[in-house]
Amino acid sequence: MLITTVNITYLLGAVAFAIGLRQMSTPATARKGNLLATIGMSVAILATLFLPIEGADNNYIWIMGAMILGGIIGYISAIKIEMTAMPQMVSVFNGLGGACAVVLAYTELSHVSIGRIAASQAQLLILLLTLLIGAVAFTGSMLAYGKLQGLVDDRKVTLPSHNLINVVILAFLLGLATFIFLSGTQPGLVWISTLLAVSLLYGLSFVAPIGGADMPVVISLLNAFTGLSAAAAGLIYDNNIMMVGGILVGSAGIILTVVMCRAMNRSLANVLIGGFGENNKKK
Amino acid sequence: MESIFLFLDENLLLIYLLIFTIILGFELISNVPTILHTPLMSGANAISGVVIIGAILLIRNADPTDYLTLSLGALGVVLGMINVVGGFAVTNRMLKMFNKKKK
Repeated sequence: MLITTVNITYLLGAVAFAIGLRQMSTPATARKGNLLATIGMSVAILATLFLPIEGADNNYIWIMGAMILGGIIGYISAIKIEMTAMPQMVSVFNGLGGACAVVLAYTELSHVSIGRIAASQAQLLILLLTLLIGAVAFTGSMLAYGKLQGLVDDRKVTLPSHNLINVVILAFLLGLATFIFLSGTQPGLVWISTLLAVSLLYGLSFVAPIGGADMPVVISLLNAFTGLSAAAAGLIYDNNIMMVGGILVGSAGIILTVVMCRAMNRSLANVLIGGFGENNKKK
Repeated sequence: MESIFLFLDENLLLIYLLIFTIILGFELISNVPTILHTPLMSGANAISGVVIIGAILLIRNADPTDYLTLSLGALGVVLGMINVVGGFAVTNRMLKMFNKKKK
């Protein structure tokens, strides 16, 4: 009975996300769309608190304390921030969402590594992907914030042949993930931590050569990453609203990124690689 | 190879869900005016905070004496909650400003 109610609430939440996004892409209904998505998220979170889990200890005090703390921090920073600093604020929020996915994946992976919970090969792969994508979204968003806020100089964080370095790090990252995936269903924590460290590094390195003016496009792309990471985490918890919400943000975010590039008469590849060329010229 | 086919067979409905949600996401954003790019990005960012649900489930499933998992879960909830609440609030502020300009 209760589980059905929760599942129907999740369904309504997912529909609210989809209609909310649709309304947010039309000027006349944009505010209504944001409100609808907010309601969708609120009922989804509420339903999760009531979701029946057999033998669970619930620990509601921990959840409530953390929700109140996070809610207050989020709300105050959102209303205090100056209008001109909004894009970087979005970037910070996005990075923290990515960090949340990282914390989840790392905790679950550490449980898997000590054999407290067993993961199938498929689950292990999904956890590794959640960790990797979430970590890139986290550090990438933080660097994007730093650049927009004027804390980081584009030229100072860009190395010679930076695009080549990025390809090397990415190849190493994917190789490492594949190695962990193939080495059995109980990977060592050292390997997982190394994967985390390299993913965090790659996030920084990925954003480093991109010009400050192109940051909104990059934030949109990193936002899509966070969505995909949330969707992957949804697969682990077998949670439909996480999957649907995450995938929606993932695909909508990627299209939005492309549309934003088009509005600047550029291609996505041009933004991701071209920014580097500009920096070189400045030197 | 056999195991891949087995996985596809067992999760066929899930694969349908994934593919159609991807198409839906693409379609929803197809015709968005330039002025709405940033608010829409911000709204989508708030929705990506659904990951907080995973953190809530992590805490709910944790042992009450396992303080490490509880702390990490609580950290996840705080981070996710900042993403959700901050994201929606910032989007609302942007859109409010946009409405005023129009008038």
